[in-house]
Amino acid sequence: MHEYSLVEALVRRVEQEARRREAVAVRGLTVSVGELSGVDPELFRTAYETFRAGSLCAETPLTLKRLEARWSCPACRAPIARGAVLRCPTCDVPARLDEGSDALTLDSIDMEVP
Amino acid sequence: MCTTCGCGDPELVPVELHEKILAGNDRAARHNREHFLEAGVLALNIMGSPGAGKTGVLEATAKAAAAKGWRLGAVSADLATDNDARRLEKAGIPSKAITTGQACHLDAELVHRSLHDFPWRDTDVFFIENVGNLVCPAIYDLGQAANVVVLSVTEGEDKPLKYPVMFKAADLVLVTKVDLVPHLDVDLPKLRDAIAHVMPTAKVIELSARTGEGMDRWIAWLEELRRPIVKPAQPRTHTHGHDHGHEHTHADGTTHAHPHDHAHDHAHGHGHGHDHGHRH
Repeated sequence: MHEYSLVEALVRRVEQEARRREAVAVRGLTVSVGELSGVDPELFRTAYETFRAGSLCAETPLTLKRLEARWSCPACRAPIARGAVLRCPTCDVPARLDEGSDALTLDSIDMEVP
Repeated sequence: MCTTCGCGDPELVPVELHEKILAGNDRAARHNREHFLEAGVLALNIMGSPGAGKTGVLEATAKAAAAKGWRLGAVSADLATDNDARRLEKAGIPSKAITTGQACHLDAELVHRSLHDFPWRDTDVFFIENVGNLVCPAIYDLGQAANVVVLSVTEGEDKPLKYPVMFKAADLVLVTKVDLVPHLDVDLPKLRDAIAHVMPTAKVIELSARTGEGMDRWIAWLEELRRPIVKPAQPRTHTHGHDHGHEHTHADGTTHAHPHDHAHDHAHGHGHGHDHGHRH
């Protein structure tokens, strides 16, 4: 359910950026959602559909980029097999989460500027 | 304006941001963290399902902390009641309820507001008891020094696999109610294995708030965490001995460093970044 508060933060941020650039319209949004971001992409989309009404994003399509979770060994860089214990079997060190796996980022906004 | 054909239409501009949607929360969390560190308070975010035993562990901690001379404090988040805060007060932990209404998690701003009229600075260990929920609280940094996930043996061994985001964020998993193990089909090695699949540096303490089993390990873990952030209570008069090395330059231009210990008795109202005048 925290998807609603996240969407609220997203829309506020987009409106702030649009005002700063004196945009006349916001034509597109791209958001990255990592598998371990703690966000359900479907719920996020539903929350967006609800929340965007009456905002600058009312007509703005949302593109969600889903990123798979990947772990690897910080020493030998070998990927950890999906579903395995989070420790490198060769180096015996804790695995590290690869970039993007837990991302929840506003990547870009397409704006119409005069 | 469109400069390609001169039609006067607005231009479509892609603005690349790549910024965290939680950037605002993270800023507020950094602010909280600075406050906690500057006051020498160990702040912990206690998370777990409803009924996992979060409040029970804290009640049991009150007794052990009294023996250590630690002053505890807590803010306790609840959707609708202040029952947990009242339970903690009864156990001797000054507490305040944060009623979140519909919100399923605490965020850094809610914690910040709750601190304003609470004497959190007078505590040594400050617990932020999150809303009972294994999903939403996981991604909100509150400014804590560590995340503690409370998981009771009655919840089933596969819970870590079902809620990997929560366990990934954990610094410690407290497996509670272990006194019930003889009455259950729970397989503790299986539970530990599940944790190792979702938590790279799995740190697990099994305990029972009711029998006190394992509480010593939990207190030792707190003590370990407190060590780097603790500051002397102030202002007060006390005697302390400490070593500190310092480097100084002599009139002849040579520089050397030497460690020395000394004990001194004085009143001071400052932390340890101090500079004593020494004569050599």
